[in-house]
Amino acid sequence: MRLARIDWVLAAVLAVMAVAVTACGSSSETSSSASLPTKIGTGEGQLNLVAWEGYTQPQWVKPFEKQSGCVVHAKYAGSSDEMVTLMRQGGGSQYDMVSASGDASLRLIRGGQVAAMNVDLVPEWKNFIPQLQSPTHNTVDGKHYGISLQWGPNTLLYNTKSVQPAPTSWSAIYSPKYKGEVTVPANPIQIADAALYLSKTQPSLGISDPYELTEAQLNAAANLLKQQRPLIKKYWALASDEIELFKNGDAVIGAAWPYQYSTLLADKSPVKQLIPSEGATGWADTWMLAAHAKHPNCAYKWVNWVSSPKVQAQQAISYGETPVNTKACADMEKIEKGSCSLYHANAPAAYFATIKFWKTPVAECGNGQSNCMDYSKWQQKWTEVTG
Amino acid sequence: MSSAGFAESSNARTRVSAALFRRPWLRAGLLLSGPLSWFVLIYLAALAILFISSLWSVESFTGNLVHSWTLDNFKTLFEVPAYRTIALRTIGIAAAVTVTDAVLAVPFAFYAARIAPRRLQSALFVAVLIPLWSSYLVRVYVWRLILAKEGVLNWTLGQIGLGSLNIGYSNWAMWIVFSYIWLPFMILPIWSAIERVPDSYIEASADLGARSWRTFRSVLFPLILPGIAAGSIFTFSLTLGDYITPTLVGGAGSDFIGNVVYQNVGVASNVPFAAAFATVPLVVMGIYLLIARRLGAFEAL
Repeated sequence: MRLARIDWVLAAVLAVMAVAVTACGSSSETSSSASLPTKIGTGEGQLNLVAWEGYTQPQWVKPFEKQSGCVVHAKYAGSSDEMVTLMRQGGGSQYDMVSASGDASLRLIRGGQVAAMNVDLVPEWKNFIPQLQSPTHNTVDGKHYGISLQWGPNTLLYNTKSVQPAPTSWSAIYSPKYKGEVTVPANPIQIADAALYLSKTQPSLGISDPYELTEAQLNAAANLLKQQRPLIKKYWALASDEIELFKNGDAVIGAAWPYQYSTLLADKSPVKQLIPSEGATGWADTWMLAAHAKHPNCAYKWVNWVSSPKVQAQQAISYGETPVNTKACADMEKIEKGSCSLYHANAPAAYFATIKFWKTPVAECGNGQSNCMDYSKWQQKWTEVTG
Repeated sequence: MSSAGFAESSNARTRVSAALFRRPWLRAGLLLSGPLSWFVLIYLAALAILFISSLWSVESFTGNLVHSWTLDNFKTLFEVPAYRTIALRTIGIAAAVTVTDAVLAVPFAFYAARIAPRRLQSALFVAVLIPLWSSYLVRVYVWRLILAKEGVLNWTLGQIGLGSLNIGYSNWAMWIVFSYIWLPFMILPIWSAIERVPDSYIEASADLGARSWRTFRSVLFPLILPGIAAGSIFTFSLTLGDYITPTLVGGAGSDFIGNVVYQNVGVASNVPFAAAFATVPLVVMGIYLLIARRLGAFEAL
């Protein structure tokens, strides 16, 4: 085979590119808004979900499929960014619902990927804890763009055999003691964890909200993460990655979700998790309905199903998070004695206030100024740290 | 079919073939139109779209595409040091893998092509190809288990009293896994290049008093260089474009160009920037192919 005409190929490529550049015009975006449904019709037989790993366990999905006739197809996403991207693909009609966290929900609302929902069609909504009935991350101008689901903290996970004494502070993942054995999420929102730590250890920086950072504060957090990088074994992308790192002894300490902890515990790994003294970041998730959902009736059936006390309890215990439905406590006790207080389902409002919930960083700071760094700056910094 | 109908259709066929015979350009055009339209539509058009979208941008908050021309993506690419590091890491490891594979493949191919008896030769050929029958993912995951801290490698080293290595999830792990995975693509072209060297050349070299190293350096190596160059195109380009191995066996700071492209398409939804970064391996590969052509790689394929 002889390809002596490579120069011709190159010329052809350039020519086609030139033609294409001149020929391509711009196209416009359209957005649509539909009026709210007033009743739930018959199911469409299918439901396509974008979910966090562990959110669609057979334990509560199988009975739902049987009862509603809606077959559930779930796609796991590893980060909020991935969720936003998945909801945007294929014109936004590929998936019906997404279990968006607070750092994705506003982006989906502003981007027009999700539609308003009628909370009157979800009777259990009235039993939700008041803070998550109409939180600012899913309710805009009185419109509910989704139904709150569960919430919880990002925890510090460690191997009890290798990590001694037991850590009490996030400093454990920033100190060289466990060099090469630390793992943290591959997710720009991890900057908030560093900012939260700095808000307690370096008060002079003046960080009051880890999601509202000025340029100097963002740089300080990024510098802390750059110092942390040589300590990192791997930035985990999927929960299952972190589970494998802990199982094979490659990582002994790291930032995690309660899901990893309960999975490792079920596998008899010597692990423990805690909320360190500095507090923790956390998430409050919402099932949001895609603007162009093909199976809206199944979607409403699904949110009703997962809002019911029984399923709320099942999911809370399976994942290790806190249900939004205050009625779930009794069901939790039925499944596992003491689980209601263990997963904070009966905790006072003060506990809710200690968790700094994920939200999308925007230019407007909470204090009326608009010199905060928006999410694209966070992504850029994160690339500088991990690249 | 009646005989008259047959005669008629055979007549028509004769006329068509006569017409084609008289117009060689038409014949060539018809023959080439299939592959050519495939090439233009599927390959060149895709490249063109890639290039165009690299000149677009996205709205930072909602992530919607903005269809207006800008060179910002390329500016970011050159101005942010992290992207330079990633590009250099990708090219560096691709080069290291290529050199490693060449060093491993030459003696193996030489033994297989010239020394091994006939039956062993076929066995070796099958042995080179068999790994390609199993999934790429399976082979990478196996390496992940081998190199893990409590994996097979450290267990073996521990058993023979050599302590343990901590190379799981690192650039070393990527180098090993890439070298393993692409080795067959280096062996095969070198094998065929060595096979093509006539025995008489080697004998003549020996007759003139050259020892084996001198024969290898002055006779064999120049003759198989095109084969090495051809194999290096595979190992270099395959490593350059990969993102799965870095994801699975890479550690902190093991991102490849492909990972940034994947994150920007699949996670950050910044297709224009991904397209801009994807042009980097295209350019690198273009330069590499030009060099490889100088070395005669295309004659050796």
